[in-house]
Amino acid sequence: MSLNKTLVDMDYLLNEAPREKHFITGAQAMAEAVKRASVDMAIAYPITPQSEVMHLVGDIYAQGHIKEYYRAEEELGTMSAIAGAARAGVRLFTATSGPGLLRGLEAIVSWPGHRVPCVLGILTRVVNAPLSIQPDNIEMAYMLHCGAVMLHAENQQDTFDYTLAAFAITEKVDVYIPVAVATEGFFVTHAKGYVNMMDEKYAYKEVDPYEAPVPAMDNEVPPARIQRDAPVQKSNFMSYLIHSVWQQEIWDSNRRAMKYIYQYLGGPIEVINPDADVFILASGCAAAQAREANRYAEEEGLSVGLIKVKAIRPFPKQEIRDALKNAKSVIIPEHNIIGWLASEVKSSIDNSGIVVDGPRVYGGMTLPVELIMTEIYTALGMETETLQA
Amino acid sequence: MSKIIEVGPVGYMPQSAPSMGVELSPEGQALLYGNIVSEEEAMRDAAKALLTMDNPTIFPGPQVLWDWKDDVAEKSAAILEMASEIPNCKIIPMPDYRPKYPKIDVKAEINPNHPNLTILDNRIKACVFIGVHCHYANLTLRMIRAGTDCYTVAMCAMMGHEEAMASIRDVHASDVLKFRDIIIEVRNELGIEHTPTMPPENPSLPEEDWGSLTPADYGEYRSLIMSRKGEHVADVE
Repeated sequence: MSLNKTLVDMDYLLNEAPREKHFITGAQAMAEAVKRASVDMAIAYPITPQSEVMHLVGDIYAQGHIKEYYRAEEELGTMSAIAGAARAGVRLFTATSGPGLLRGLEAIVSWPGHRVPCVLGILTRVVNAPLSIQPDNIEMAYMLHCGAVMLHAENQQDTFDYTLAAFAITEKVDVYIPVAVATEGFFVTHAKGYVNMMDEKYAYKEVDPYEAPVPAMDNEVPPARIQRDAPVQKSNFMSYLIHSVWQQEIWDSNRRAMKYIYQYLGGPIEVINPDADVFILASGCAAAQAREANRYAEEEGLSVGLIKVKAIRPFPKQEIRDALKNAKSVIIPEHNIIGWLASEVKSSIDNSGIVVDGPRVYGGMTLPVELIMTEIYTALGMETETLQA
Repeated sequence: MSKIIEVGPVGYMPQSAPSMGVELSPEGQALLYGNIVSEEEAMRDAAKALLTMDNPTIFPGPQVLWDWKDDVAEKSAAILEMASEIPNCKIIPMPDYRPKYPKIDVKAEINPNHPNLTILDNRIKACVFIGVHCHYANLTLRMIRAGTDCYTVAMCAMMGHEEAMASIRDVHASDVLKFRDIIIEVRNELGIEHTPTMPPENPSLPEEDWGSLTPADYGEYRSLIMSRKGEHVADVE
């Protein structure tokens, strides 16, 4: 890079490089992570005003932290260009939100199959009519079955750390599929929080395009031909079995990412008060409210546990099963109407009857701690009052 | 040792090894039938398979077929040495990963899109993959396990392969030579007499005539013999 950076591995960057406290927005936190990730290329259709991330990344490009940056015509073009650039073996970042994610989805869901290593920021917002630009993470449900690794950040600090870790995870030879880092629009992206960051002179070591499970396109190093062929589009000359085992390979790669989630993020879940009978289980911004509810409960002398889910894919089935093995009730607050996290948990545990479906808020509504407390009181057999909107 | 990954055919729709709980071995160790073992233990089992099963074959991939970085030529030479120590060993390359049309020449090459054609036609019961990019190696190994009774050995420059019966990771030229030595050792233990013999020439390759070669003869590969960026070729033979 043109700037005089100290290139280090991800373990050093995340765990050893000295950090200083800053007070910044979630969007700034994601951009600051990109600044330290030795990104070669960022491509954007910024979907203002949901998130400033790609605008801020544009500033970072202007400062020389990124080699290439351009604004595509729309999201399908953006996400297709990411796939093309990945074939050239460069480190990539893009971010989008809500309707933008859905417009780019055709290209995005083909990334894992094409073995595209990149980091995708998802700053969630309402996607369904009536039109709104307010927070709601229903769009993550559309991403669950494409094979990508998915992390869900609770706050600005998580957004910074998860984004950095994502660059290391996506390029592991035994993973090499995209990693999406999601967090709630506005509640995290536009709100300020404390973020401990290492100095920007530190940056993640540059990508080695040859340390990959698929060949990078390189017309100077043979055999160039193997990448010029469309690998999966001439199905009449391929067995159906390769299509099947190829899909298996994507989900195997997703599964292999778990050990790196342990390495870089300390594991896919965080558990507080593991011996409790009643748990709150949440991801993303809802985990912040769940943490508050956990604190309220502690102040009231109630024994309530908290499970924060950091990794949505691979989903930590075994870890959640272990954490809930003695639980009598698990409350799952979410920022969407369908309750995709509750569905994931129900399908992971033997005793799905203990799952409380909610509370859920959507369409941009906030998630008051009192809503969660009401469910806690109910689970503990205590009397409650109904919270008025 | 209980075998998690066994010689096939395991059936119409194989279950992937990682979904059966097989994890890649840590550095310095290997996988044998899906279990983490010492490198030597995996190499000895693989050597026994290559020495006792019909039509042992080495499938070199593009990463050892082209001299594209410093250590490749040394590694490729070691592969030839290894092959010469296995009685009746053949070498059939996987030069690229594109589907072959209208029909693959199964005597000349193997392809990840339909690897079983080469395995079954040549009645190969034990094989080694080396120099194949990991994604394509995983697909190939799983398809072979699904539809053939071939014992597979993966010699991987990176992290190894859960799908192979024996998987050796971080393989450099020295590791190939170590495997060659273990083959000789196991061969002697089994009482198999053998004089080192190079594998037969690939029957489908045209005879090379370097004297009259022009860039046009390379067809779509001609860009590969052009000079690299910044490279000035002063002398021409």
